[in-house]
Amino acid sequence: MRTFAAHQAKHAFHGITVVVETDGAELYVGRCDDIDERGVHLRDADLHDRANPALSRREFLASARAVGVWPNLKRVTVPAGRVRSVERLVAVAEKPS
Amino acid sequence: MPYSPLMVKPMREELASAGFTELMTAADVERFLGDKSGTAFLIVNSVCGCAAGMARPGARLALQGGPRPDRLGTVFAGQDLEATARARAYFADIPPSSPSMALFKDGALVWFLPRHRIEGRDALAVAADLRAAFAEQCAAAVVPVTG
Repeated sequence: MRTFAAHQAKHAFHGITVVVETDGAELYVGRCDDIDERGVHLRDADLHDRANPALSRREFLASARAVGVWPNLKRVTVPAGRVRSVERLVAVAEKPS
Repeated sequence: MPYSPLMVKPMREELASAGFTELMTAADVERFLGDKSGTAFLIVNSVCGCAAGMARPGARLALQGGPRPDRLGTVFAGQDLEATARARAYFADIPPSSPSMALFKDGALVWFLPRHRIEGRDALAVAADLRAAFAEQCAAAVVPVTG
């Protein structure tokens, strides 16, 4: 049986669905658990890989904005050195495409 | 692993006291969503304070006036596992998230609010989205009266 976790010590994005751009082909969308010196820790995330795209990046983000992402990665850490940007999914949605 | 029932009790009661039927088994969900008549509003409740903390008061506010769904139901993600899975089968093309909200009309899903569109917003903003959906989907049809 679980109890409440201490959320106060976590990053302001804790619990928020974010888009993580990397310096490579991968883009992640998932619920941010925390951001620290090791990187961005995501839960219930999905990945868009430019190198092997079933959908274009625009299609992937449009689908994520509309209904969210499938939790294909229950937990994943994007290493700090690879993170180019972290934005709220809804903020990305508000940008002109 | 489910949370302590004692811990989630107030989160359940916040919706139950607003008229939501707690759907705790798959059979409960079948009775609720199997009824294809009229409009049915379902909330996938959640412990997460980051989003559910605004989802529940937002839903309560939205129901305080104006058009409203015929039936209100709720399942509790991470708690009533079987009921939640059965409810999600009614919108199987949509990735699971909690809290989330679904509005059905005559058995068809007509509106959905995923978790990421609740996160970081206040209850008034969530209520405004809900009121707009209720106005569009739940307002009584106006039948013209001819003399």
